Amino acid sequence: MSETTTRAETTPAEATTPGEAARASPRMPRPLRTLRPPGTPRLLPRLTGLPRLLVVAASLTVLAVAGTFLLDPYRNYQLALVAATFCATGGLTLLIGLSGQLSLGHAALMATGGYGYALTANALTEAGVDGVARFVVSLFAAIAAAALLGLLLGLAGARLSGPYLAGVTLALVIALPAVTSVFGGVFRGDQGVQIAYDGVPPALRALIAVEQWQAWVSILVTAVVITWLVAIRRGRLGLRMRAVHGDETAARLAGVRSGRVKVAAFTVSAVSAGAGGAVLCFVTQSVSPGAYTLAFSLLLVVAVVVGGLGSIGGAAVGAVVVVLLPWLIGTGIDAVDLPSEVEQRLSGNLAVLVFGGLLILVTAVWPGGLAGALRRRRIRSSHPAAPPALHPIPTEPER
Amino acid sequence: MDRLLFLLATGLARGAIFALFALSLVLIWRAARIVNFAQGAMAVVAVYVAFAVTGLTGSYWAGLASALVAGAAIGFAVERGVMRFAPQGSPLSGVIIAIGLVMVLQSALGIAFGAQVRPMQVPFDERPIEIAGVPVLSPYDLFVLTVAVAVMAGLALLFARTSLGLQLRASAFAPEVSRLLGVRVSRMLTVGWMLSAAVAALAALLLVPTELGLSPHSTDVLFVYAFTVAVVGGLDSPPGALVGGLIVGVVMSLVTGYLGATVAPIAVLVLLVVVLLVRPGGIFSARQVRQA
Repeated sequence: MSETTTRAETTPAEATTPGEAARASPRMPRPLRTLRPPGTPRLLPRLTGLPRLLVVAASLTVLAVAGTFLLDPYRNYQLALVAATFCATGGLTLLIGLSGQLSLGHAALMATGGYGYALTANALTEAGVDGVARFVVSLFAAIAAAALLGLLLGLAGARLSGPYLAGVTLALVIALPAVTSVFGGVFRGDQGVQIAYDGVPPALRALIAVEQWQAWVSILVTAVVITWLVAIRRGRLGLRMRAVHGDETAARLAGVRSGRVKVAAFTVSAVSAGAGGAVLCFVTQSVSPGAYTLAFSLLLVVAVVVGGLGSIGGAAVGAVVVVLLPWLIGTGIDAVDLPSEVEQRLSGNLAVLVFGGLLILVTAVWPGGLAGALRRRRIRSSHPAAPPALHPIPTEPER
Repeated sequence: MDRLLFLLATGLARGAIFALFALSLVLIWRAARIVNFAQGAMAVVAVYVAFAVTGLTGSYWAGLASALVAGAAIGFAVERGVMRFAPQGSPLSGVIIAIGLVMVLQSALGIAFGAQVRPMQVPFDERPIEIAGVPVLSPYDLFVLTVAVAVMAGLALLFARTSLGLQLRASAFAPEVSRLLGVRVSRMLTVGWMLSAAVAALAALLLVPTELGLSPHSTDVLFVYAFTVAVVGGLDSPPGALVGGLIVGVVMSLVTGYLGATVAPIAVLVLLVVVLLVRPGGIFSARQVRQA
């Protein structure tokens, strides 16, 4: 291992104190890498920075798309749901883990994306547009709507410390059903907005079923959003988010405009949540307030905490867990022969109970979640004597 | 005009409940610097206990007493069993653990009692008394107001005049110094949690009969209202909680009366955002220490 790679161990991406972060200037075009003990093999070591990110993203996407051929239609539908949820959790993990702003209302931002998509798609259908053009325009409308709401919330949130922002976003998600019924002419109240069926394009019709097509679309949108998030995480904005979270005073003294960074972080996460909501709307062909409850919002938080705050890979695992675990528990309950009364009480509640327990356990005993645990293991295996110098969650010092 | 008077009076009674619940949030915030997002779920567990006790004994008062005891016990269990393990230093971990607690408590209640809404009876007439031909307050509203005022006065006396109150305040404001002076700071923290959870249980018990009834989620909205109250009044200020509670109660009552019940959650959201944008620390906040 050469000298340069050893020094790359403490890249700005992993710098824990603002001092370290400030020393490693964001302007230097040094490739930022995840922590990797020397000696671990790495594919294509020459490729670094943005090109590497794009190559990795493209190959993972191709892999995922190829994987859809191995799954039956229902599994593909679930894969589409996982991908859409991953969009939202990826943005949320960046928001909570990097910038230290806790949002309990990301379901409302997803709903905004969903409604933006559905209303635009319906308007375009009436205007006679359909196919790919309708999807793309509606997707951008959804993202724009979510970004606008995220910007407004971020502006309110930038002046607030953790619990206040959490309270505002909580109030937002609780007010969502009220908003849809007060403006029932547009949002159609509790029953929500339905959209026209989007079939497989004619060229592919002989090849794949509609569920697989939906999974493809989900994977593609998610791939673009997540690649963007990873680039932000590694780039200048990500560094500034860490600096503001680590020590806001020091960051401001170093010239970081903390307010702007916080607003930007919230808007970025709103955009990815909006894209996730739009994809969910595309897959399920409807959007209604019943799908975006407080419980769903809290599940998103569970996903990012269990996966490891700030870790994109952790957000992916979290998305898989929150989509598949309720389904697994539901199938388990169905399989066991229970009286229908008991079954009715357990369905839904048992999954939430497990998730709540998981959330408490991970936060209290295992901070950093899955990603943090893996990182600690990797460090331990490479430097047995080294103390665990990395905080899994950058914590704010008490004042 | 009659309608306005009626709405104002009802708003005061509701506002007293919001103020009580907000006061319980302020108590925990002052003791532990945590906004306890699980306060609503903890309170609803205590209300279920009260419901069961009232069902067994037939006495509303036995239920009320058991709600207070159960609330304090839950506060004790949560502080000793869960919150003590929250990683120190990060303000988010306490909130995240509280959210986990909400999920656990509400789903456990759902499994144990089912999701159906159970109506709760009170030994008071809920029809408003007419004063000079104008319907104003029901006897139950009067009872709520009396209890709220009594509890607040009791808490004020406790904090201002007793040794326990002094120790509670001291360990909240300067834990290290208090420990050196012989105050058992961790015990005071537990006492603060128990006190706060009991007050929250009382507030929830007073509110549930005026709403649709008891279900695992019946305090979700109460929590959002009380959080708004605490923010309007400032999380650090018990008098702020009182005034904020009355303001929010009256505003909500007017909005519900003139615009309809569906608009109320939106009105709360708007109120919350406006207050936070105009005065982030609440109306009664002192100036923040300059940081940079």
